[in-house]
Amino acid sequence: MSVQRKKRKRRELFALGNEAVAEGALLAGCSFYAGYPITPSTEIMEVMANRLPLIEDGVFIQMEDEIASMGATIGASLAGRKAMTATSGPGFALMQEHIGYACMVEAPLVVVNVMRGGPSTGLPTSPAQADVQMARWGTHGDHPIIVLSASNVQECLEMTVTAFNFAEKYRTPVILLLDEVTAHTREKITVPDPDEVEILSRVEPTVPPEWFKPYADTARGVPAMAPIGSGYRTHVTGLTHDVMGYPTQRPDEVKDAMLRLFRKIDQYYGDIQMADEYMLDDAEVAVVAYGSVARSAHLAVEQARERGAKAGLLTLKTLFPFPRPAVERLTHRCHTVVVPEMNMGQMSREVKRVNNGRTKVRTINRVDGQIITPSEILKAIL
Amino acid sequence: MADVTQLIHDYLRHNKKFPHVFCAGCGHGIVLGSLIRSVHALGLPKDDVVLVAGIGCSGRMAVYVDFNTVHTTHGRALTFATGIKMANPKLKVICVMGDGDALSIGGNHLIHAARRNIGVTALILNNHIYGMTGGQCSSATPQGDISMTTPFGSLEKAFDIADMCKAAGASYVARGTSFHAIQLDRLISTAIMHPGFSVVEVFSPCPTQYGRKNKFRNAVDMYKWLKSNTVKVETLKDPDQKPADGRIPIGVFRDVEEPGLEERYFELQRKLMGQNR
Repeated sequence: MSVQRKKRKRRELFALGNEAVAEGALLAGCSFYAGYPITPSTEIMEVMANRLPLIEDGVFIQMEDEIASMGATIGASLAGRKAMTATSGPGFALMQEHIGYACMVEAPLVVVNVMRGGPSTGLPTSPAQADVQMARWGTHGDHPIIVLSASNVQECLEMTVTAFNFAEKYRTPVILLLDEVTAHTREKITVPDPDEVEILSRVEPTVPPEWFKPYADTARGVPAMAPIGSGYRTHVTGLTHDVMGYPTQRPDEVKDAMLRLFRKIDQYYGDIQMADEYMLDDAEVAVVAYGSVARSAHLAVEQARERGAKAGLLTLKTLFPFPRPAVERLTHRCHTVVVPEMNMGQMSREVKRVNNGRTKVRTINRVDGQIITPSEILKAIL
Repeated sequence: MADVTQLIHDYLRHNKKFPHVFCAGCGHGIVLGSLIRSVHALGLPKDDVVLVAGIGCSGRMAVYVDFNTVHTTHGRALTFATGIKMANPKLKVICVMGDGDALSIGGNHLIHAARRNIGVTALILNNHIYGMTGGQCSSATPQGDISMTTPFGSLEKAFDIADMCKAAGASYVARGTSFHAIQLDRLISTAIMHPGFSVVEVFSPCPTQYGRKNKFRNAVDMYKWLKSNTVKVETLKDPDQKPADGRIPIGVFRDVEEPGLEERYFELQRKLMGQNR
C-alpha cells in the first residue's frame, strides 16, 4: 500500500462476502466478467452485471455454462483484459479443462470458487471446504497454480485484489476459494481509495514485433504478454509450445517450457505464501485453519488462553503453494497442531506431509454441512 | 496462378516449421486459401484479424497463418472467440472448427453463439468424420456411412448445420464446398463483413479417413462427387424445400441485417453512461 497525501476516499459498506469479492475485483481493475449462475456464488455475478456496464469498456456477459464462462474469460484475458469468473463446486468441476489451458498459455485471470457441500449437487446452500485439493490438482497434467482463501468479508475484498495482482505478476490463473459462510456473511468493510491500493498489471513487450518471442524465458520466468490486436501477431496454443508459441515435441524444448512454468511460481514462494499468525510466539498448541473455520479457531484460541492454555492460530491465506515454512516452524515448536476443516482432511494431509511425524497432528473434520464451532476446536486444544 | 501463390505466401508464417499436417487430397488447405484471399480482398490489416481454432485437423490451420491466432480446446473455440470479440470489438474474429468440434462436443456453444448473434464468423469445415483421431463417426456423418466406430453403418441421423444455425438465430448462414472455390471466396468475404453471427459450412473432403471407408476410390472422386451432388440454392424453386433428388443445396440460406451482441452491448453502455453523467 503506497502512502498518499491527498484526501483519501474510503467507503464503508455493509456487504456480503460475495459483494466484497466484486468490490475487490473492480478495485483491482477487472473489466471483464463472464459467468453462469450457481449457488452460493451468484451474488458476485449479480454485482458485476450491475456495475460493469457502467464502467468505461467494462464487459459483463452471461454464458451458456461454466465451460463457456472460462473460455470467454481466457479469451478476454488474451485480448488484454483483467478478467474473472466465479462459480461453485459443480461449475468448478466443469472449468477444470480450461483452467489447465490457462496455465499452459499463461493467461492471467481469477476464478472464485465458493465451496458448498459435495460431491455432486450435494448441499448447495451449506458450507464445505472440500474443493481444496481439486483447486490444486483438478486439471490434468503437471502444473503449478496459486490458490488463495479468505476468512472474513474484509479479506474477501483484499484477497481478490491479491488474486488479480498475483495473476498479472505471474501470468497464471489464480483460484480464490471461499466457503458458503464467508460468502454469505454480511459485515462492515472498508473499501479503500483506489490510490491507496497497489495494483499490478502484466508486462507488455517493448521490442518490435519481429523480435518478440512470446514465451521466452526471463529472469523472472514470466514472459511479456502482448494483447491480441496490439500488433504482435502471436500464436496461442494449449499444445506444448516452444518460445515462439509454436507446437513442439522436441524433448529439450518441452522440458524447458515445463520447467519454466514451475520455476516462475517456485522462485517466488516467499512472495506468494501468505499466512497470518496469532498468539503463536509462545504457543504450545497451534491451530492451522483457513476460511470461515479460522474465525471459529480465533475465538477458540482466545478462550483457551483465558483458561491458561498456550494456544495460537495460523490462518492460511495462501493454500497453494502450501505455506510450508510457516507450518514447519509450528511443528518444531508445538506439541500439538490442530487442523479443523470442513472436509475429511484435505489440508491436514499437507500439514502431516510437512510435519513428517515430528509432532502430534490432530484433525477435526465435519462434512455435515455445518460449520465447525469454537467449542469443538477448544476441546481439541485443551 | 503465380500471383495467387505469392498472395498465399504473404499470409503464411515463415518462422513456423513446415510441412503442414494435412493429408494429400484434404480440402482444408483450399478453405485456408479461400480465407486468405477473402481477407486480402477485403483489405483487412493482419493485426485486426483473429483466427480462433478448435481441436482436430481444422484446428491446426491457425498456426500456419500470420494473423493473431489462438488454438483453443476441443469444441470451445466459440467461447474464446466470444470473449475476444467482447473484449475488443474492433477485431475481426474468425472461428475455424471441424464438424465433430462444432456440432458434437461444441454444439451447445454453436447454438448459443447463434442465439446471441455475437459478431464472430464461424467456419465449419465439415469432413463428416473425426479425421485426426483416426476416422470415427461424428454427428455430421451421414446415416448408414462406415467409420471406425460405426463399422456396420451409422444408425444416427446427421445434423444439418445450416438448418440448425438458422433455427438458433444466426443472421448469416451459408454452405459451400472445397470444390466450389470461387463461390467459397464470396461466401467467406460476405460472412466476415457481416455484422452479427455468421456461419459458413464448408464440405471439405477427407479422403484418408472418410473416403476410403465409404467407396470413394480417391480424392478426385470426392471432389467430383461434390460437383455433381450439390445444387446452387438460388436455382431451386423453393429454397426451403430439400431437393427431391437428394442433391445438397449450396449458397446463402439467410442474410439479414441485425446488429451483433457487441454492438448492442456497447450501445447500451454508452446510453447508461450518458445518463449517469
